[in-house]
Amino acid sequence: MTTGSDDELWSAIGDPSRRRLLDLLVRRGEATASSLAGDVPFTRQAVTKHLAVLEDAGLVTRHRHGREVRFRVDAGRLDDATHAMTRVAKEWDTRLKAVKRLAEAAYRAER
Amino acid sequence: MTDLNIEHEIVIDAPVDVVWRTITEPDQIARWFANRVELDARPGGRGVLVFENENSDPQRYELFVETVDAPRRFAFRWCQPVGEPAVAGNSLLVEFTLTAENDERTRLRVVETGLDVIDWSDDDKAKHAGSHRDGWRGCGDRLSALLGAGTG
Repeated sequence: MTTGSDDELWSAIGDPSRRRLLDLLVRRGEATASSLAGDVPFTRQAVTKHLAVLEDAGLVTRHRHGREVRFRVDAGRLDDATHAMTRVAKEWDTRLKAVKRLAEAAYRAER
Repeated sequence: MTDLNIEHEIVIDAPVDVVWRTITEPDQIARWFANRVELDARPGGRGVLVFENENSDPQRYELFVETVDAPRRFAFRWCQPVGEPAVAGNSLLVEFTLTAENDERTRLRVVETGLDVIDWSDDDKAKHAGSHRDGWRGCGDRLSALLGAGTG
């Protein structure tokens, strides 16, 4: 499921504390706010606030598990974010290969 | 925030002067970058890149040349909001560095940096990217990608 606008997605990811929480969630599969707070250098209130931003951006979802609320990363939405980065990096790779082809052909023609 | 840059490197079997011409002469640039290219390759010079797409209107980008140190360094800024001059903080910087490995071999490196060059908080950068999204047009994704780099 994809929710939230692109702007929300990017501002959610633009914050290093939130990226750290995302990292932890990706590694653990799912976690409660309290258990995440044990692993980051900021307060549980801050964790809750960051999780709310990530949830609004569609990057995490919450699930009730008995009395606990657990958070989980939405893999599809996270993919959207990393995809744009990969695309931009790939463009330069393609361009440099074209520069190589052109320069080598020009040099061969000159000699 | 770490690793906001895009860096690529390639080794080319041609002398550094040949590679320099390939990346700085407009008719050459038009063969590997954009479809139409105008460029005044001097520090402070301006340029235009036009990308033609089959299914949409051509996209036009203005370049601001920052560094020309033949045949070693060439740098320009782009992706600034439409109608504004490109400066650190509102644009992306593309820097080419050429190193002669020997008389017939050149190492070409390109680094594209985002808004991390100025001392803003990450929240500020994200807000800036959001508020300029329309102005940046086709660069929106590019900018976002560079701002969001380092995730995962």
